[in-house]
Amino acid sequence: MNESTRNDAQKHDAATEKVDKAGGTLSDSAADDSVALSVKNVYKVFGKRPAEVVKRLKTGTKREDLSALGTAAVIDASFDVKKGEIFVVMGLSGSGKSTLIRTLNGLWAPTEGSVVIGGTDISKISDKELRRVRQQKISMVFQHFALMPHRTVIENAAYALEVQGVAKAERLARAEKILSLVGLEGWGEKYPGELSGGMQQRVGLARALSAETDILLMDEAFSALDPLIRREMQEQLVLLQSELDKTIVFITHDLNEAMFLGDRIAVMRDGEIVQIGTPDEILTQPANDYVAQFVQDVDRTRVLTAGGVMEPPLAVVNLSGGPRNALRTMRDQQVSAAFVVDRRGMFHGVVRDRDVMALVEKHGTDLVSAVRNGIDPVSPETSLNDLFGRAVESPIPLPVVDDAGRLVGALPRVTLLAALGNVPSTTSEFPVVEVAVAPIPEQLVTAALAKTEGEA
Amino acid sequence: MEPKFRIPLGDWVEVGLDWLTSTFDAFFVFIRSVFVGAYDGLDWLLTAPPYWAVILVFAAIAWWVSGWKLGVGTALSFLVIVGVNQWSNAMDTLALVVIATVVAVAVSIPLGIWAASSNRASGVIKPILDFMQTMPAMVYLIPALVMFRVGVVPGIIATIIFSMAPGVRFTELGIRGVDKEVVEAGHAFGSSPGKILGQIQLPLARPTIMAGVNQVIMLSLSMVVIAGMVGAGGLGGDVVASLSRIDAGLGFEAGIAVVILAIFLDRVTASFGANTTGGRSKSA
Repeated sequence: MNESTRNDAQKHDAATEKVDKAGGTLSDSAADDSVALSVKNVYKVFGKRPAEVVKRLKTGTKREDLSALGTAAVIDASFDVKKGEIFVVMGLSGSGKSTLIRTLNGLWAPTEGSVVIGGTDISKISDKELRRVRQQKISMVFQHFALMPHRTVIENAAYALEVQGVAKAERLARAEKILSLVGLEGWGEKYPGELSGGMQQRVGLARALSAETDILLMDEAFSALDPLIRREMQEQLVLLQSELDKTIVFITHDLNEAMFLGDRIAVMRDGEIVQIGTPDEILTQPANDYVAQFVQDVDRTRVLTAGGVMEPPLAVVNLSGGPRNALRTMRDQQVSAAFVVDRRGMFHGVVRDRDVMALVEKHGTDLVSAVRNGIDPVSPETSLNDLFGRAVESPIPLPVVDDAGRLVGALPRVTLLAALGNVPSTTSEFPVVEVAVAPIPEQLVTAALAKTEGEA
Repeated sequence: MEPKFRIPLGDWVEVGLDWLTSTFDAFFVFIRSVFVGAYDGLDWLLTAPPYWAVILVFAAIAWWVSGWKLGVGTALSFLVIVGVNQWSNAMDTLALVVIATVVAVAVSIPLGIWAASSNRASGVIKPILDFMQTMPAMVYLIPALVMFRVGVVPGIIATIIFSMAPGVRFTELGIRGVDKEVVEAGHAFGSSPGKILGQIQLPLARPTIMAGVNQVIMLSLSMVVIAGMVGAGGLGGDVVASLSRIDAGLGFEAGIAVVILAIFLDRVTASFGANTTGGRSKSA
C-alpha cells in the first residue's frame, strides 16, 4: 500500500523534473509552492580560517591541501527538498552528511550559502527567530535517540510541545496520541532506560512528530538499531510518512536503507554531493565510479521496479484490428504471441498465433474469441523481487499495466536478468517471443493469410 | 650567598593588601558582619536545643536520604562525640563547615557552568583553581586575618577559597559530560540556552556535581583545624590547643569528632547524588 503511494510521488517528481529541464528557467519560479527546504551553495568549514578555506575551495583548491586552515565538512551543497518527499542523504562516515543535516536547522551555521525554509533564510536570522523556526517548521530525530533519561517516555514525547509553550494537560494528551501512533501505547510512564533501542527511537520519533512540523530531519535515525528492528522502523516510517505527509530529510550510511526509503537520494563523498537522483537513477546511471562502486552491493531486486526496467511492448495487436491484422503483425515480428489492447491502449489479454490462425482459417472476424485472459498483468511499481516467480511460470513476457489499465510495457525474462547485472538491455533484441513454443513458420502464416485474402 | 636580584613580591602583596584593607574597609566590615551573623545563627540553632534532640534530627535526615542503617549509625557515632565531651565544639565546626560549603557551592557551580560553556573561560579558571588548591592553605589565613580580624570569619573565608576548586571542576566536568546529542535535541526543538541548562544539562550532570559538592565538604572539614589557628574555635581550636600542650588525649578526642562529622556529611551528600537515576521527579 504505502509502497505504491510513495512511488506515485516519485513518479510525479520525475515528471516535474522533466518539465523543469524542458522549460529551462522554470525551476526557480515553480520552486515556491512545492519546495519545503532549499539549500543553495552551502559550505561548512571548521577550523581557524573558515572564510579563507571557502575562498580557496571556490578557486578549485582541493580540500586536502587546505587542512592546515580548516576542515571543509560540506562543500558547495545545493538541493531542493520537495514537500512530502523523503530525501535521503547518503555517504560514509566523514562524508559530511551529519554536518550537512545540522546546517538545515541551524545547529551549525553555514560558513557560506543559504538554507531557506518556508521563504526564510535561516542562516540570516536572529537566535530567537531561529528557535521559532525550530519549534514550528523543522524537528529532528537523532542517531542515539537523545532522550532525556530523567524524564518519562510521555514527558519526552511532549518535550517539543513543552518548548512551544503548550499547557501541560494538553501537551500530555497530544503526546499520548502520538505515542499510540508509533506503537507505544501504555508505555508513557516508563523511563527511557527501561525501553529497548527500537522503542526508544519510537519515542524519539514521537517527540519529533508531536512538534507537528512539516519537515523532519532524521540523522542516522535507525543506524543504532538491530537489522530486524531497523527494517520494521523503516516500514513504519514510510507508512507514517504517507499518512502524515511530512517532508523528511533522512541521513544514512546504509545504501539499502537509502534505496528503500528515498524518493530521491543525494550521495555525498568528502563533503561534496556527487549525485542526486531517484534510487533507480542512482542504480542504473551512477554519476561516477565512486557511486557505481557504492551501489554494486545493493540488492537491486528490491530497488528496481517493473516500471523502471520494462521494455516497450513490440508485439501489440489492436483488438478492433481483427484477426488478420493480428496474424500479420505476429508474422512480421516473428512472434508466437502478442498482447491485445483496445483503441485507448487498455490491456485485454494475449493472443497466440495458432489460435488466431485457426480463427482466420475459419473466416472469423472478431479477435475477442481468441484472446486469453490467463496472464495477470503486473503494475509498474512492483519490485523485481516479486516478479521472478511469475516470470518463470509465465510462458510469455509479463505485461506491465498501469493503474488505469493501459499496457505500458513488457518484461521478458532476459530483461529481468539484464537488470540484475546492470547490463544495458537493448530493446530491439528481445521481441515478445513465446519461450516454450516456436512461432508457426512464416510460410504457413502467409499461406493462410493469402487463402483468406479480401476478408476483413 | 645573596642572590643578585630580588623580586619584591612580598612587598607588593603587602602594599596591595594595605591598599585593599584601607579602601574597602567598609566592605570587609560588612562581609564580616554577614558571616558572623550567619555563623552565630546557625551555631545557636545547633547548640541551643538539648544534644539528643539535635542528634535525633541528624539521624532522621540520615535515615531519610539513605536508610535505617545510616540513621542508627549516625545516632550512635554522634553519641560518641557527646561522650568525649566535644559536642559543643563539633556543632561550632559543623556550623562553620555548612556556611563555608554553602558559599563555596554557590560560587563554584556558576563558575563551573561558565567554564563548561566556554573554552576560553575554562582556560582562565583552571590555572586559578590550581593556584588556589596548591597554595598552602595557611597562607590564606594571613590576608584573611588582616581583612577580617581574628575570629571565625577568616577561618570561613580561608575554608571557602581552599575548598571551592572541586566544586568548579566537577561542575564543568559534569556538564561537559552530558550526552551532546541530548543537548543538541534541546536546541533542535527550539529551546533556549537557559532552559537547556536547567532542564537538560544540570539534571544530567547532577551526580557529578553532587560528587563535587561532597568533595567541597570534605575539604572544608580538613580546613577546620587550620581555621582553629585563627581563633575560629570548634574542634580545630581543641586540636591546636592539644598540639601546643602536647596533649595527645585531647587531640585524639577532637580528631575522632572530626572523623565522625566527615563520615556523616560524606554519606548523606553521597546519597543525594546517587538517588537521581531512579524514578524521581515528575516535573515537566
